[in-house]
Amino acid sequence: MEVLANINQWVTIFLMVAGLYIVVARGNMVKKLIGLGVFQTSVYLLYISPGKIIGGTAPIISPDFTVYSNPLPHVLILTAIVVGVATLAVGLALVVRINEAYDSIEEDEIYAQEHDA
Amino acid sequence: MVAVTIGIVRLRNLFAVVMLGGIYSFLMATILYVLDAVDVSMTEAAVGAGISTVLLLATLAVTKVREAAPIHPPALPLAVALVTGAALIYASVDMPPFGDPLGPGHQHVAPEYIARVLPETHIPNAVTSVLASYRGYDTLGETTVIFTAGIGVLALLVGRRRPRRSDGASGGGNA
Amino acid sequence: MLHDSVILRVVVKLLLPPILLYALYVQAHGEYGPGGGFQAGVTVAAAMILYTLIFGVPEAQRVVPFAVVRTMVPLGVLIYGGVGIVGLMLGSHYLDYTVLAASPPDGNHIGVVLVEIGVFVTVSGTMLSIFYSFSSKIEDGEDAD
Repeated sequence: MEVLANINQWVTIFLMVAGLYIVVARGNMVKKLIGLGVFQTSVYLLYISPGKIIGGTAPIISPDFTVYSNPLPHVLILTAIVVGVATLAVGLALVVRINEAYDSIEEDEIYAQEHDA
Repeated sequence: MVAVTIGIVRLRNLFAVVMLGGIYSFLMATILYVLDAVDVSMTEAAVGAGISTVLLLATLAVTKVREAAPIHPPALPLAVALVTGAALIYASVDMPPFGDPLGPGHQHVAPEYIARVLPETHIPNAVTSVLASYRGYDTLGETTVIFTAGIGVLALLVGRRRPRRSDGASGGGNA
Repeated sequence: MLHDSVILRVVVKLLLPPILLYALYVQAHGEYGPGGGFQAGVTVAAAMILYTLIFGVPEAQRVVPFAVVRTMVPLGVLIYGGVGIVGLMLGSHYLDYTVLAASPPDGNHIGVVLVEIGVFVTVSGTMLSIFYSFSSKIEDGEDAD
């Protein structure tokens, strides 16, 4: 149990690193946005998992329970998810417009086009 | 979950990646549910697996499905990612153990909110009441962010009809 | 789109009312169980997106016109901000709901319900208008080919 005490952090870190790798290594813009999404969900886990109390229940107050998980991270992440999908939509709209202008969604090809012209 | 993530990293067919993204979101929603975050889990299932997937598919229908082979060797990004990961794991050693009720995050304001929510607002769901009442300004700002995003997408996609038709004709054919 | 399959059309027609009803339940019951304006708004938008995928954009825009959706985007923010202004008018702070009813807890409750309605309107309107914008792009592409 001692070894696994921070297992939630490790899952978070793995997802975070995977998302970071996709964003940095891949030139395709849709793939980059998906990578950002993976990074974002890792942040959800980063906030939510320390809020969990073993033996606690969901933070809906009821006379039957006394121990609740921490509701504050839930509020923050609820906001983050909805803002996340809004920014994803704006990003995808930009990708669509870039594709119209350059007929490509690969960073390298667009860079090459800009420098040939 | 780990397997799905590796699949997302490896696959170059963007259509398959988007589908894996949907699966990933549902898995994430399940994990959030297990972590007692029922509101967040519900939102993630609806937003991540529903809306995001549809939007990504719509984008793919307009653009291209295949991702080009990476030109640069992945060594440098991999090194950056691994160094970041190692630093984060080093930092995680100092975090309180998972699920510990004595963790510092549970000591200060959270019990206060849980104790005050029912008498002050008559709303049993602590997440809803903190979201809309105690932190009303934040949620107002968030609604404004969504509003701004909607305006931005409308301005980008609807405002100008068919700007460069001459070289954009191959756009929708690859779906 | 997919409007040829009878099975899809019938199943979607059967599925839509429960989805919309569930969204309303999530909206109205958000104070007592999990849910609220965000979840309900996204669920309604998802239901309409499903309808659009099966029956096509013109049919969906006959049910929910683009103009209505576009109006919903600022309307929700207006409702939210308006609740704050009402609190201001009644002699309290901005977004202080305690003056909306006789007793402070009831005022808080009413304020939260109103604010959640504002959030619901903006979220569902924005998600649908984003989807309509993307689908109009797809129709453009199909016209060009």
